[in-house]
Amino acid sequence: MSQSLPPAVRTLPGAGIWWETRASLAFVERNLYLVRRYWHLELAFLIFNVASAMSVLYIGKAQMQAGGTSSEGRVDLVLYLGIGTVVWAYLRAVFSNVGEMVAWERWEGTIEYTMMAPISRLAHMLGVSLFSIIYGLARSALLLGVLALFFSVDLRNANLGGAAVILLVGSLSFLGFGIMAAVLPLLFPERGEEMTFVISSILLLVSGVYYPISVLPDWMEPLATISPATYVLEGMRAALLDGTPTMALGPSILPILILGALTVPLGIAVFGWGERYAKRTGRLKRSG
Amino acid sequence: MVSTLERPSLVTQVESAIVMSSVIEAAAVVDHVSKVFIQRPLLRRGQSKEVRAVDDVSFTVGRNEIFGVLGANGSGKSTLIRMLSTLLIPDSGRVEVFGYDVRRDEAEVKRLINRVSVEASFFKKLSPGENLAYALRLYGRSGSAVRDETYAVLERLGIARDKVGEPLEQLSRGMQQKVAIARALLTSPVLLLLDEPTTGLDPRSKLDVQRFVRELREGHDATILLCTHDMAEAEALCDRVAILEKGRLAALDTVTGLKQRYGAEIGTDDPSLEEIFIHLTGRSLEDDVEGEHE
Repeated sequence: MSQSLPPAVRTLPGAGIWWETRASLAFVERNLYLVRRYWHLELAFLIFNVASAMSVLYIGKAQMQAGGTSSEGRVDLVLYLGIGTVVWAYLRAVFSNVGEMVAWERWEGTIEYTMMAPISRLAHMLGVSLFSIIYGLARSALLLGVLALFFSVDLRNANLGGAAVILLVGSLSFLGFGIMAAVLPLLFPERGEEMTFVISSILLLVSGVYYPISVLPDWMEPLATISPATYVLEGMRAALLDGTPTMALGPSILPILILGALTVPLGIAVFGWGERYAKRTGRLKRSG
Repeated sequence: MVSTLERPSLVTQVESAIVMSSVIEAAAVVDHVSKVFIQRPLLRRGQSKEVRAVDDVSFTVGRNEIFGVLGANGSGKSTLIRMLSTLLIPDSGRVEVFGYDVRRDEAEVKRLINRVSVEASFFKKLSPGENLAYALRLYGRSGSAVRDETYAVLERLGIARDKVGEPLEQLSRGMQQKVAIARALLTSPVLLLLDEPTTGLDPRSKLDVQRFVRELREGHDATILLCTHDMAEAEALCDRVAILEKGRLAALDTVTGLKQRYGAEIGTDDPSLEEIFIHLTGRSLEDDVEGEHE
């Protein structure tokens, strides 16, 4: 603001935390509208997810039958794979929704209007993250509900509270990864979305969704240690399969907390840098 | 009870801006602004291409003025609008909106502006009502009163209530553009940036949009920067007109002033704006410039 202006006109009313939080709900409301309008796509993806998950679980069931193990062991393998499937469905939904926040708007042609709206980027991300968690939970609950109809699982010894804590903490680090991935379509308008897809595919491969990471080649295992999904899945399996008490889940919770504490601020910083770069180079356009 | 942390209403914002306006007569200042785009092939051999989209352009838009920017495709009009919208950072020079620098005071500038571009830019599957609810929430507006106001504005723009719930993709381009105008109106911008808002519209829709531009200026004390291809539109609406050619400012005056200044050179007492444009740029507005960055 020009130095010559009187102080009374130097500032406009500030937005404030409460205003920003309320404005961030715009993204939740908008995405709920979009889910309703694209219901046929949502249904198709849900059927695909259910079919994929059931195929994996039947592979596990067949494997156990072929191996002739006890019925207890059979349930454990189905549950092991079931946990991987449902947790990955949740984490991927969180990651994808946040990671595609720029790509989706660029495709729709609304990116410039969202970026020039008087809402802070932090509130923007808060709204998108909130929707991602709601959406991920709803999708995973539906998936879990359908799987429960076909596979009997024994959760009598499970520590459900501990599993919820792991999932909640794990969401943070996935949000951080998602925010970092979201910058890619800003930097590479034509390729960014594909890169986001590649990142989620690599996370699926190295995080032990369907198998222990010990079966991975040696060179691939270090990647598992930086994937938050590895610790989320370890923790979830410990809580649900073994009934490990919440206080004893520390070895899983601590790395996720550290990753979350690193990736969320890093993601926000990287996104801010990416946005400034896009504004300098003219990449913040409605279409690639 | 409204929280003290809550953002003051848009009326308060507008009042605030009006108070500012009475002190600062310039709604927008573009001072020696340049913007160059470098198109560099990624992972491919070849020379990078430099496009000077805006080249040392300066002008000031007065408060409550309708300021026209005329130029062919690739002349730098959209680049200018995007710099004023905080979507593009100028390489050099100063861009200010009511005294706020678009780089340093981005948040303040965003609260004062809105934009209507040549493309309506909405979520196509969502209805006008849903798109506007989203846009207005981003500007801190929600609730039943806002919904009623939205219906009223859409009706005034000729969009019936039964269309408000239909997916936007099912509406004509003219209707979509009117929804875009409604979006801008409902956020009460103090500076409205219009980037070819009537391109592709039928004559009646054009007149409707032009009527609303006037209403916005008169009823909301807004300042309007209008980029257009349409000479008649510029002549009918604009207090002053700037002509851009290949990123440079070729002329800036009232339409009458331009006619007086260039009439003799053209060889007529009352040249049309199109004749003046051709005289200054050597081409008509319909000529496209291929490959230029807009």
